Amino acid sequence: MDNHSKGFPKSQVFGFVLSLVLTFAALFVALKTSLSFNTIIWIIGTLAIVQAGLQLFMFMHLKEGEDGNSQTINVIYGVFIAVVTVAGSIWVMSFGM
Amino acid sequence: MGIKWDRFFITGDPLILGSQIAILLTMIGIVVLVSYLKKWKWLWTEWLTTVDHKRIGIMYILVGVLMFFRGGIDGLLMKAQTATPDGQLLDAQHYNEVFTTHGVVMILFMAMPFLIGIMNVIVPLQIGARDVAFPQLNALSFWLTFSGAMLFNISFVIGGSPDAGWTAYFPLAGKEFSPGIGNNFYAVAIQIAGIGTLMTGINFIVTILKMRAKGMTLMKMPMFSWTSFVTSIIIAASFPILTVALALMTFDRIFGTHFFTLSGGGMDMMWVNLFWLWGHPEVYIVVLPAFGMFSEVISTFSRKTLFGYKSMVGSIVGIAILSMLVWVHHFFTMGAGPGVNSIFSITTMMIAIPTGVKMFNWLFTMRKGRIQFTTAMLWALAFVPCFLIGGITGVMLAMGAADYQYHNTLFLVAHFHYVLIPGVVFAVFAGLYYWWPKMFGHMLNEKLGKLHFWLFVIGFNMTFMPMFFLGLNGAVRRAYTYSAESGFGPLMLVSAIGAGILAIGFAFFCYNIYWSARYADRNISSDPWDARTLEWATASPVQFYNFAKIPEVTSLDAFWYMKKKNKGLKFSNDELEEIHMPSNSGLPFIMSIVFGISGFLLVFEWKIAALVAALGILICLAIRSFDYNDGYHVPVDEIKEIEYGWQNKEKGVEKHVN
Repeated sequence: MDNHSKGFPKSQVFGFVLSLVLTFAALFVALKTSLSFNTIIWIIGTLAIVQAGLQLFMFMHLKEGEDGNSQTINVIYGVFIAVVTVAGSIWVMSFGM
Repeated sequence: MGIKWDRFFITGDPLILGSQIAILLTMIGIVVLVSYLKKWKWLWTEWLTTVDHKRIGIMYILVGVLMFFRGGIDGLLMKAQTATPDGQLLDAQHYNEVFTTHGVVMILFMAMPFLIGIMNVIVPLQIGARDVAFPQLNALSFWLTFSGAMLFNISFVIGGSPDAGWTAYFPLAGKEFSPGIGNNFYAVAIQIAGIGTLMTGINFIVTILKMRAKGMTLMKMPMFSWTSFVTSIIIAASFPILTVALALMTFDRIFGTHFFTLSGGGMDMMWVNLFWLWGHPEVYIVVLPAFGMFSEVISTFSRKTLFGYKSMVGSIVGIAILSMLVWVHHFFTMGAGPGVNSIFSITTMMIAIPTGVKMFNWLFTMRKGRIQFTTAMLWALAFVPCFLIGGITGVMLAMGAADYQYHNTLFLVAHFHYVLIPGVVFAVFAGLYYWWPKMFGHMLNEKLGKLHFWLFVIGFNMTFMPMFFLGLNGAVRRAYTYSAESGFGPLMLVSAIGAGILAIGFAFFCYNIYWSARYADRNISSDPWDARTLEWATASPVQFYNFAKIPEVTSLDAFWYMKKKNKGLKFSNDELEEIHMPSNSGLPFIMSIVFGISGFLLVFEWKIAALVAALGILICLAIRSFDYNDGYHVPVDEIKEIEYGWQNKEKGVEKHVN
């Protein structure tokens, strides 16, 4: 991408602000609401995953360089394998409960 | 330190005593022969230290042939034992050991080395590369596989074989129920070989992504390279699971942890879960390269480009994803509940869709083709109906509810032999007959090849077809005997006779290798089959740098169109440049020996000694880190000389085919 050297780094600033928003949203949910423990864990967990994805794209240059696409596929495939292995095992070994 | 010295060598069984003597004599024989021929230096410089992907591939194939022999003997012993009711050849314990080693050896030390060997020889040539991405790592992969295979194979004469099935289910495989050291061999030997396989997977991903010839986009890549690529990705995804599972098993058995034990909060079925999380993708790891070989063979001998190339690529990628989502079908009977079993029934049946696409693609490739019935093509033709039987019975087994009936019977055994023998062994034979001239510069004899083919295919069907019916009648797998009243006798006998025919077929293959090495004509063209892909654009056997000038690719079946348009095959001498090649290294070989010794000590639970030996591994890694040898350059004059040697050879093609 060219906006490293010239012009206003729009996407970086946008990503930074969005990360801040997500972080404070998590803080707010955890500290200022009276939701049940389970709900809070689900909400802040979801926010964390969204932010991790956001940062991969905005700051970790996932799509940049000649290998942008294969890197994206790698990350998605890696996440897929991890989810299948961990979540799949838990689900199967708890007999589908 | 629970190992008793008097149990070090297995004694008291005449079969094993015979093997011990045979192993000793073979080892002395090899040492004497090599010394007599003064070949030690040649062995070291040309083979043990080589980093050439073709030679590594040939060594893999050699391991595959040897292990096929070992696993085959196990299979024959089982068939001899069960040929008649109340057989007396083997006792229960010995039978348990034999079916365990048969499974492990055939999957991990026969199928894998064969396929990775052919991948090693062919993939860099097909994509127009001079070697794999990390040649020395490749050598280490091979030597670790070799080291693991040898460690596993000595188990039956030293210390005792593993006896808990190739799946080594807990709690049986745990210390509580298998107190001997047999299953330590399982945990450690497979671990060492598995590390080698994992590195192969990474190596081939990088090679195929980074080292393709100019113009060869992914969608212009030959199908065998595609399947090897996808296989490598599955290896990288699934072998770490095996590594972890085996490590936990080792901890349980040797260090007294409680991951899979019944007591102490362990979870025995977790082993089964982790084993099949690796084990099912493993099936596709071995079967996908085989599909690639059939694609090349069918396309070459039908004189047509592969039908539905894009759908073929789509279906192998689909199989790669689905392969990770079906593992529970191996243990439906754990009873994980209707939700879990239904989901996994459906995903399992879905596998049949991309596989069906591939089947039709092969059939349509043959349609209206001018088919040549070479031995390689015969294997591909026999594969289609045989594999279809394996696939259809697979869909039957995929139904969770019905599986409660089939589970643990010979029906299942027949099913997976119908998948793995046509799907892997036929493919390996097809690939070997097809690529033999590329590897050795002479063909395998077609007449002997056809004898091999017919005996093997008839023997195979005769061995395993009766097992479907035996299984439906209630014959369970892994039972060392049965009574005459069960009525299994006649079909069991047919099956045993079939196994004998199968073995004779394999013997013809071995004889064919010997006969062809001695008598086959060396004056053959570099392209004896009139083939389509880049590996045939260079000499046979291939010169060590593969291509004097890397070809440029414009289409699928690149070599075919080069021949048709007579473009891109010839180059003038002033186009040649120096070629940069990697230097040989003894380090992988030495490191694998250290791995083997350390593993052996760990098997015998001499923990401190194993740790000291393992320091050797770290020392080898350190030496490698300070290794600044970055290869050598082949001068242009030498290239010219080598190229002149093969490019102007008489083409004596026709009389070798058919």
